[in-house]
Amino acid sequence: MARSQDRRPGNSRRAQYGVFTGYVIAIIGVVAGIAVVAVSLINPDAFSFARSSASEVARPMGQAGAKGRATSQGVIAAVGAYFNAGRQNAALTREVEAARANAVTMQSLQDENRRLKALLGIVDTANRPVATAHLIGSTAASTRRFAVIDVGSRLGVQAGQPVRAAAGLIGRVIEAGPNTARVLLITDPENVVPVRRVRDGLAAFVQGASNGRIDIRLINMGVNPVKKGDVFVTSGSGGLYPPGIPVAVATEPHRDGAIGHLAADPADNEFVVVQPAYRQQALMQLEQIEKDGVKSTSETP
Amino acid sequence: MTWYDLRKSTSDITRNRINRAPLPLLATGLPWLTIMLASMANFSPIIASAPILPPIAYMMLLAWRMLRPGMLPVWAGLPLGLFDDLYSGQPFGSGILLWSATLLAMEVVDEQFRWRGFVGDWAVAGSLTTAYLFLCSTLATLATGYLLPLVIAPQVLVSLVLYPVMTGIVALLDRIRLIPLKRL
Repeated sequence: MARSQDRRPGNSRRAQYGVFTGYVIAIIGVVAGIAVVAVSLINPDAFSFARSSASEVARPMGQAGAKGRATSQGVIAAVGAYFNAGRQNAALTREVEAARANAVTMQSLQDENRRLKALLGIVDTANRPVATAHLIGSTAASTRRFAVIDVGSRLGVQAGQPVRAAAGLIGRVIEAGPNTARVLLITDPENVVPVRRVRDGLAAFVQGASNGRIDIRLINMGVNPVKKGDVFVTSGSGGLYPPGIPVAVATEPHRDGAIGHLAADPADNEFVVVQPAYRQQALMQLEQIEKDGVKSTSETP
Repeated sequence: MTWYDLRKSTSDITRNRINRAPLPLLATGLPWLTIMLASMANFSPIIASAPILPPIAYMMLLAWRMLRPGMLPVWAGLPLGLFDDLYSGQPFGSGILLWSATLLAMEVVDEQFRWRGFVGDWAVAGSLTTAYLFLCSTLATLATGYLLPLVIAPQVLVSLVLYPVMTGIVALLDRIRLIPLKRL
């Protein structure tokens, strides 16, 4: 292509100054960019106000996108279901019968559990979620892995609260605006989650590898006991994530750990639940026990 | 570059009718608007757990810059990069820095390789996009302190392949930009 025409604007002083000023502002841009990057590397929260107000502006668009995603998945699922409706019907009928039998057993187990807990004086935490949210956006072009949800501090969402889907952990809230919040996904390398193996409680931690998989690393080095298919859940240490949320399934064991797949891929989950930070839960539980303890001691005599 | 030059090179839908001209707002604002909308593209229905989308906004900037040199001023990287930073998830300021540097680099390229065809444009845009992705991931590595090798490889490949598509989209937008809607 031919060169641009206005680079040598002739003898007009005004036009020459205009071109010159353009270069000056561009170089100021580079310098300012370096300064702002330095500030945000030292203090990552420095510009969170700008980001959260930007997310607020884009919120309606993201919500529309989330609805569209749900609808398109629904359409595909409906078409798929049509093809194997007969087979599925038979399978479901069998499943329902089995489930009905199971439900009765569950009921009796729950009763027993309640009685035993009452005997021991254990109180269940009111593990109530802070909010239920749509995932409305994610940084699909950056190596940092963030997502945005459509609830914020107006519904009690705060930085540090874990976010999970039905199948497992999604991440944790790092910035909360009034109606949106930014979630650090567990695939981000900055997100380190303490986990344990479900089978025997083998302690490890999980770090995102930014490519959709995560890195499972053992705390005790030695012979690597991790096998393909091992499931890891949050251990609750650190006080951020409540214990027992599925995080990863080991797929490729290596020398000191394994590469794992996510238990809950954010791409498949339209709805997520924001939970209170585990430490807060634990504190509430402790208070509850103390209160109940006082009550039960006062009731016993 | 004057309006007359711009209209001279457009095709039949934008044929110069006697008392019609493009809307000035649309004609100057559409590149800015489309690049900003492309920056917001990560509010799309795709919730990715890996960086899979190419840097659409950056590619759009390059495509506009290639198709209409002189249309975006050389300082446009400052405001557009700032806007991209709001949505990209990169450390804040990386857009301001890299987009400003890109437009300055394009000035140098224009000076060095004055006459280049589409393949030349593609080569320049490809190397700039690769450098951009590499520097972005370097800045992200600085922020997290965890080296991410090869994560950007699929993105680089996709953005190299998608450059002609992006120029096609920008060419279409350019025709929309110059629809003579204003009655003189």
